[in-house]
This record gives sequence, structure tokens and C-alpha cells, in this order.
Amino acid sequence: MKRAVVVILLVIACFLLQSTVFHAVAFGGIVPNLLIILTASFGFMRGEKTGLVIGFFCGLLMDIFFGVVIGFHALLYMYVGYTNGKFNHIFFPEDVKLPMVLIVGSDFFYNVTCYILMFLMRTRFHVWHYFLHVMLPEIVYTIVITIFLYPAILWINRRLEHSEKRSAKKFV
Amino acid sequence: MSPIVKRKGEKFTLPSKYLLFILTILCAGTIILTFNTNIFSGSLNTAVGYVIVPFQKGISSVGGWLANRSEELVQIRALLTENESLRAQIDELTIENTILQQDRYELTNLRELYRLDAQYADYEKVGARIIAKDAGNWFHSFVIDKGEEDGIAMDMNVIAGSGLVGRIVDVGPNWAKVTTIIADNFSVSGKVLATSDYLMVSGDLELYNGGVIAFNKLVDSAGQVAEGDKIVTSNISDKYLPNILIGYINTLNVDANNITKSGLLTPAVDFEHLEEVLVITELKQSMEDKE
Repeated sequence: MKRAVVVILLVIACFLLQSTVFHAVAFGGIVPNLLIILTASFGFMRGEKTGLVIGFFCGLLMDIFFGVVIGFHALLYMYVGYTNGKFNHIFFPEDVKLPMVLIVGSDFFYNVTCYILMFLMRTRFHVWHYFLHVMLPEIVYTIVITIFLYPAILWINRRLEHSEKRSAKKFV
Repeated sequence: MSPIVKRKGEKFTLPSKYLLFILTILCAGTIILTFNTNIFSGSLNTAVGYVIVPFQKGISSVGGWLANRSEELVQIRALLTENESLRAQIDELTIENTILQQDRYELTNLRELYRLDAQYADYEKVGARIIAKDAGNWFHSFVIDKGEEDGIAMDMNVIAGSGLVGRIVDVGPNWAKVTTIIADNFSVSGKVLATSDYLMVSGDLELYNGGVIAFNKLVDSAGQVAEGDKIVTSNISDKYLPNILIGYINTLNVDANNITKSGLLTPAVDFEHLEEVLVITELKQSMEDKE
């Protein structure tokens, strides 16, 4: 229960930051993708199911406010969370390389899919231009933010796991 | 069952494979359903209107205040150096001014000719503040702090200053979503003000990095359209009120078919620094019904 409340607050906070504050500090009009950091992190920290549920709600929020149809981003984020959950068994909190690679990979996958489904399908063929001006800046910016955000998410998750263990012991 | 708290052996848990499968079907269903209709927008928009929008309003006003303060600090330094160079310029300009005054009479006459019809000054307008911008980097839409309760409805035109920004595409009780004319998936029917030739203006992410958007299908058989001409919304558009300024022609090319022309236009609105917009609370449809 406590976990659910904390996670919901995290999702809302990240969405709010991404759509308001980060637009004020956007470099060249590009904002980092906090929701993908959140989805991917919980995916590899907690497993497939948590990843896909968080991804689904992150995407749904995007769809309601900024999407053309409802369900597109939800689907995309959900798969990102699920796939990251597959890496749960090789994840160790001390290792920072795997999370970085996974988050970059997730953001890249998200952007490429967005491009293919929403731009390439409407005959916008300049892949290289979109890569240089939209995808690459977003990925770089997202990595920079990850350096600060990921330890925070990790810390929150640890605290939650800690308190869950404690309450589980009480019952036994 | 809470899907986030997972305790094995205690309760029935759905394997994630199946959950993924179910949600995929659900998403596919909603994508298909919302592609042409907006059944869910009512309830979902109301829900987020009370959970998310109040925060967005608060944050964006604080953010705006902070941005203004930091801008002021930067400006003070710039202003000092600017002041010196400006003083030197004053002398130069006084001389120039006398020459320019002679040209002024000519200019006033030309302005009269070129002046936009003051038509859209009479429309009822509502001011609104932008409280959130697109969380992704692919399209240009934003959320304003007025909604159904303030008399905003779908398809209303949004302007800023004197130019067209876009139109309302989604409404909640206290918020509304605006898609801008520079968004890649968006087109407006327009016309050249001077010659009344029709054209299509379409947003383009790639071009907008250079500050311009594209137009095409301009039939200009007389060859009178020139660079710098004003483009306004046309009277044949079913969503946009006529004669709202869109922008100025930047480049003009003849298409390969030798009949139509296309090119680039500079939008009249500065989309990067947009903070407040005006929503025209008159719909093209209802305007036609009245007549």
C-alpha cells in the first residue's frame, strides 16, 4: 500500500517536472524523458510486472495530455517497462553500468518507435536529421538527468523494501 | 489485488506475461476507439483535471517567476554595456531621423493599403495561461488553464499577439489542450492576403528548427505572389475563422508540375517564448449558422 502511494506520487512528480519545469530549462527546446527513467528503473529494480504497470500509467498520462490517440504511449512505455523487467535477475544495486545502458537503450527504443510510427509513416524520410536534432539531444539530456534521478529512485526503492521487510517480520 | 505489492503464496497473482497481454489488447482497443472518436476524453479529462492540473498551475507560476528573476540578473549586466553603445547611437540616429521623417508619409499610405482588416478585433476572446508543454519532443502542443467551465470548447481558435497559434483539440473541466500550427501533424488552409490565392500551411518539425514551416498547393497563375507577403487563414477552412494572420512568405518555389507553388513561411507568433494566449470563443461552425 505504502509502495503504491509512493510510486503514484513519483509518477505524477516526474510528469509534472517534465511538462513544466524542464521546459523552462530546456536546451534547444529539448526536454529530458523522466518518465522513461522511472519506468526503466522500476522495471529492472522490481521486475516485469512492476515495470509494465508503471510504464502503462506513465504512458497513459502522456496520452491524456499530449497524445493524439489514447493508448499509444501507454503501450510503448508498458513494453519498455516489461523488457527492462527481464533484466531484473542480473541487476545489482551497486552496479551503475547496467542501469545506464538500459535507460539509454529504452529512450533510444522509445524515440525510434515514435519516429517510425508517427513520422516515417507520414513520409518524413530524413532519419539522420531527426536523429541529430531530436533523438540524440534527448538521449544525452536524459543521461545527464539519470545521474541525479537514478540514485534518488534507488534510495526510495531501498527504503520501501526495508520497511516492507520490517513489517513482514512483525507478522512472523 | 495490488499489482505492485507482490507476495507469493498468499494471494492469487497474475503472471506478468498475461497482464502484458491483457493490457496490450486494452491499449490496442483504445487506440482504435480514440482514433476517430473521443469517448474516453470526457471522464479521463475530468479525472486528471482535478489531480494534475492544479499542480501544473502552481508549478508553472513559480517556474515563470524564477525564470523572470534569473533573466533580470542576466539582463542587468547586458544593459550596462548596451547603455554605452546606445548613447553613441543616439547621435547617429538623430541625423537619420530627419531623413526618415520624409519617408514617413509614404509609409503611412502603404500601411493603409496593407493593413489587415480589423475583423478579428471584434471576436470575443478569453485570455489563458500556458501551464504545461508537450512532455515529448516530437510534437508541439500545450495545456492552458481554462476549460469547459470558462466556456472553452473543441476547435476554438487560439491566437497570441496578432498571429494564429493553433486550435483547441481537447477540453477538460479546467484545462484544454492546444495543438499549434507548427506541429508536424497539423495543417491549416490559408490564403495570400494580397492576392486571395489559396494554399495549405503545414507544420514541420524538421523545418521548424530553422524557424520556418512549409506551405504548398499555392495556385498563383498571375505570378503576383512575392516573398514577404502575408498569409492569413482562408474563408474555406471549416475550423479556422477567416483572416487571422499566420505568417509571412519566406521563400517561394515553383513545383515540378509547373502549376502550383510551394515554399516556406515564417510564423507571426514566437512559439518558443509563448506564455499567454487568447482563445477566440467563437466557433466557425456557429458563426455560419447565425448568418
